[in-house]
Amino acid sequence: MTKNWFITNRMMLAFILLGLLIFLFIIVPLVKMIVASDFKILLDTILDSEVREAILLSLYAAFITTVVGVFLGIPLAYLLARVEFPGKKLVEGFIDVPIVIPHTAAGIALLFVFGRNFFVGRTFHLLGIDFVDSTAGIVIAMLFVSIPFLIDSAKEGFKKVDVRLEKVSRTLGASPWQTFFKVSLPLAWRSILAGSIMMWARGISEFGAVIILAYHPMIAPTLIFERFETYGLAYSQPVAVLLILLCLVVFIVLRTLVYWGQKT
Amino acid sequence: MIQVKNLSVDISDFTLRDINLNVEPGEYFIILGPTGAGKTVLLESITGLYPLKSGEIWLGGKEVSRIEPEKRNISIVYQDHVLFPHLSVKENILFGLRVRRQHQEELTNVLNWLSDLLGITHLLERKPDTLSGGERQKVALARALSIRPQVLLLDEPLSALDPETREDVQKELRQLHNQMRITTIHVTHDFEEAIALGDHIAVLGEGKIKQVGTPEEIFSQPNSEFVARFAMVRNIFTGEVIERDDGSTVFSSQGIDLIVVTDLRGNLHASVRPEDILISPEPLLSSARNSFCGTITYIVNRGATLYFTVKVPPDFICLVTRRSFEEMGLAIGHKVYITFKASAVHVF
Repeated sequence: MTKNWFITNRMMLAFILLGLLIFLFIIVPLVKMIVASDFKILLDTILDSEVREAILLSLYAAFITTVVGVFLGIPLAYLLARVEFPGKKLVEGFIDVPIVIPHTAAGIALLFVFGRNFFVGRTFHLLGIDFVDSTAGIVIAMLFVSIPFLIDSAKEGFKKVDVRLEKVSRTLGASPWQTFFKVSLPLAWRSILAGSIMMWARGISEFGAVIILAYHPMIAPTLIFERFETYGLAYSQPVAVLLILLCLVVFIVLRTLVYWGQKT
Repeated sequence: MIQVKNLSVDISDFTLRDINLNVEPGEYFIILGPTGAGKTVLLESITGLYPLKSGEIWLGGKEVSRIEPEKRNISIVYQDHVLFPHLSVKENILFGLRVRRQHQEELTNVLNWLSDLLGITHLLERKPDTLSGGERQKVALARALSIRPQVLLLDEPLSALDPETREDVQKELRQLHNQMRITTIHVTHDFEEAIALGDHIAVLGEGKIKQVGTPEEIFSQPNSEFVARFAMVRNIFTGEVIERDDGSTVFSSQGIDLIVVTDLRGNLHASVRPEDILISPEPLLSSARNSFCGTITYIVNRGATLYFTVKVPPDFICLVTRRSFEEMGLAIGHKVYITFKASAVHVF
C-alpha cells in the first residue's frame, strides 16, 4: 500500500511538472505580451479608428457567421444525431475536413465557388451579394472553418436527448415541428450554445481563409498582420493585445453563462 | 376498442410477425413476455411510431394504420417514466393540452382533476429530477391521461419501482382503471403482475403471440412449453383472504386454508415457490405454519433436481434435490407431508 502510494505519487509529480510546462507555454506568451504593452500606446491604439473598425468588424462578422451557422447547422446536426443512413460516417468525416486543411487552401477553394467565375458566385452577384473584398466574403470564410464546431457540438447535444421524450411528445399530440421546438431544441440548447461560442471564437481567430477572399475590409487579424509586415513588432503588438483582451472577456462571460445554466 | 390485425414490423435488429390482438372497450389487457420479446416495439407500433411492414390497426371501428401518432389519441407511459426534464410537473401534465391549444379553463380543470386523482397537488411546481420513482410514475400517468386517450399503453410501469412502491402503484393502477374504465394495454415480464391486473393476457415470445386468454386459462392451461415456462413451475391458486377468529390470516382456496402474512383482503391469488416447500414422509415438527398431507402423482426429472406434483388437493409442485429424493426413497403413489412457512406464500 505504502509502496503503491509512493509510485503513484512520483508519477503524479512528473505529470504535474509536465502539465505545468505546457500550461505555461500557453499562458506566458499571452501574459508577456499584455504586460509588456505600454499603457499610453495601448490608449492611442484604442483611439485609432482603423483599429477600432477592424476589431468591431471581427466581432460583427463572427457574430453574423454564428447566426448563419446556427440556422444552417442545427438541422444537419439533428439529422446526424437521429437518422442512420448509408455513408453517414463519410458525411461526418467531411464535416470535420475544414478543421484539418490549411486555411489558405480553404480560402482558395471558396474563391473558386463564390468568385464570379462559378454559377454560385454569379447567382449571388445577381442578388447584390459579392464575396470578394467584402464583409460577405469574410463571413463565408469564417463559416467554412468554424461550422464543424457547431455541428459536432449540437449533434452530441441532440444525441443526449432520449428519443422516447420525442416519442411521448408525439403521442401527446405534438407534430414533429412542435416536438422539435418544445422538446429536442430546449434540451439540446446548452450544447448548441457551447458550440456557438466555439464557432464564434474560431471565427474571430480566422486569418488564412479570410485574406484570400477579403483582405479588405480589414478584420483585426489582417490588421495585425499588416502592421507587423509594414511597421514591425512594436506596432502590431497593441492591436493584438486589444483583440486578445476583448476575446478573453467575451469568452469568459459566455463560458460563465453556460456553466451557470448547467448548475440551475 | 383496439384491434391489431396481422401486424408485422421490421426494425433493424428486430421483427414482430403476424400479431393479432383484440382489446375490448374498458378492458385491462396484459401483454406478457420475457425481456427482448418485442413488447415495447409492439406498443410503439400501436401508437404509430414505427411504420408497419404489413397489417392493420383499428381503433374504435376506424383504421388508423397510416395515421400519425399525434392524431391517434393513444398515450404511452414508459418504464422509466421519461418525463420532460426541462419542464415542471405541472407543465409536463399540461404538455398535451398546450400543443392542442386548449383554453386556459380546460387546462385548469384537467390539472385539478388529475392532481387530485393521483394525489400530486403538492408536486406541481417541482422539476422531475427531484421526484421519487413512485412520484414520477404518477406524473407520467397524469401526463398520459391529460389528453383523455382512447387507449392507455403502459410499458413495464412497475419494473423501475422498489417492491414496496410497486405494490402501492399496482393497487392504484387497478383502482384507477376501475374508476375510469379506460382501455389499457399493459406490458410486463412479471407473471404475477399479469395475473393480478389483467382481464386478459397475451403471451408474447420470439416476436409472436403465443397464447391469449384469461389469467386462469394462461396458468392452468398453457398451450406451449414457452407459456408453461412462465406459469407451470409455480403454484398459483385463486381464492379469498379472510381473517379467522383466532386472529390468523388465511388464504382459502379449493378446500384448504393456507396461513399467510398479508394486509390484503378479498378475492386474490396466492403463490408458493416450489423450492420453498419441504417434503417429508412423516409430519414435520417445525415453525412453518402450513403443513398438508398429499400423494405424489407425478415426477419430472431434471437431473440434479426433481419436480414432484403432490395432490392434496389441490396440486402442489415441489422441488427436491436428487440426493434427498434418493435418501427418502420417494416414488409415485407415496403419501408425503408438504410443509412451508406462512411467509413463503405470496398473496397478490
